[in-house]
Amino acid sequence: MKSKFFPFFVGLVLTLLGYAAYQALVAAPTEETMGDVQRIFYYHVPSAWTAMLLFLVNFCASAVYFFTRSPKADAWALTAAEVGVVFCTVVLITGPIWARPVWGIWWTWDLRLTTTLIMWLLYVSYLLLRRGSEPGSSSTLATVFALSAAVDIPIVWMAIRWINVHTQHPQPVFGNSPNSGLDPHMKVALFTNWFAFMAMAALIFWVRYSLERTTQTVARAFVQRASRGTAAVLGMSTLLFFQSVGRTPDARHIFLISGYAATWIIHISYFVILGRKLAKLQEEQKELKLA
Amino acid sequence: MSIAALTWANITKDLQLEWRSRDVLNSMLFFALLVVVIFSFSFDFSVDEARRMSGGLIWTAFLFCTVMALNQSWARELKNGVLDAFRVSPAPPEALFLGKCLGNFILVGLLECLMAPLFVLFYNLSSAGSLLQLVLVFVLGTWALVVNGTFFAAMSIRTRNRELMLPLVLFPISIPAVLSMVNATVAILTGDFSPTPSIELLAGYCVVFTTLCFVLFEAVLNAE
Repeated sequence: MKSKFFPFFVGLVLTLLGYAAYQALVAAPTEETMGDVQRIFYYHVPSAWTAMLLFLVNFCASAVYFFTRSPKADAWALTAAEVGVVFCTVVLITGPIWARPVWGIWWTWDLRLTTTLIMWLLYVSYLLLRRGSEPGSSSTLATVFALSAAVDIPIVWMAIRWINVHTQHPQPVFGNSPNSGLDPHMKVALFTNWFAFMAMAALIFWVRYSLERTTQTVARAFVQRASRGTAAVLGMSTLLFFQSVGRTPDARHIFLISGYAATWIIHISYFVILGRKLAKLQEEQKELKLA
Repeated sequence: MSIAALTWANITKDLQLEWRSRDVLNSMLFFALLVVVIFSFSFDFSVDEARRMSGGLIWTAFLFCTVMALNQSWARELKNGVLDAFRVSPAPPEALFLGKCLGNFILVGLLECLMAPLFVLFYNLSSAGSLLQLVLVFVLGTWALVVNGTFFAAMSIRTRNRELMLPLVLFPISIPAVLSMVNATVAILTGDFSPTPSIELLAGYCVVFTTLCFVLFEAVLNAE
């Protein structure tokens, strides 16, 4: 990365992720009825909030692109959608892993689950459209689609709420109903995790955004250092993950562990894909120089 | 020329072309027939079950047929360079879009009228609710499919894999519309619950997306 602030930011994200993992896995009290499986909550909910926020960023950036045609806004929109899909995938996979031991089923057509799934479908098709369209018209078509998708999501929400009344997903913990509310320790763990995941999303966003800008301008030096940064993020968080496992054994731990494993498998696969894109870009660069 | 005259010219041109070859209508009709037959022997229904399931089956069949018709309607224009001609002409793009939408609406509507007796026949359907409401649901539902479909077909025809892209972009966007038309149809056929919220939602969807498509169509047509 070009900025001097980048290594510092990587360090900050690592510290935050480490502290958040400690808060979620060790410091937060064990939930009474669900036991340790409930700890998936500290991954699941922050990922959902982050995904939602990224889709909102996609909408804003698309609107800006629609009026200004600035390539920066386009790179913002693409990056937000792609990172958003990664976080949304984490939500959709950790959700069923939690639901299986707690509800006894992997999936149900509930308001939140269905809306999240449709949101994921919408942004996957946004990415497919970007892939499938010609370089010249790609940005405009994708922007038009992003605006339609953003209009669609509230309608999806209403459609499912009006039509499909039964709901199984836990209600928002910070609502105004008398039974809502969290143990203060859990609240600390939740917000630390949210903050850490937001920071990580910002980091990935940063890397992916500069990758996109680089693709736009084909400048190699930026990307090389960015890839080093992501590798460091990966290494540290994997270490933390393995450290935190291996406490009191419980039959349900398998779900907790697989929830966390799934989260990191998704993030790691995404990093691998980013790395391969980077390698390809470098190759192209070489070829260009030869010619 | 006024927008109305241009729209009319577009509709008559499309329908005349379609009437001469009848390519789209014939293949759509035969495809819908195949879907109805395959569904009816894939699921062995009692009369009550058929009523509950038919909403989903009818709309799934029409959704697939619509996709078929929509791809064809733009592919023809692309082949003959009509889109480029339209871009350089001073005619407002909204007229082209409205003409296409209405033309497709007539085509899909005709298909639905022809297929309705078959559905009644194969699934032993009879409506518990009002027939007028059922017609309203079909008009709104078809419009929702056609207006979105025409818009996203214009978009997908500009991509590399053309026909393949349309369902990929159209289906996710249309989920709330499909959900409400299926639900309204089931509500009317069975009479178990009120179709009003679904119809309201479908009408809202039509208004929102018709506006959006008209606002954004120029950007799609001129995307380079």
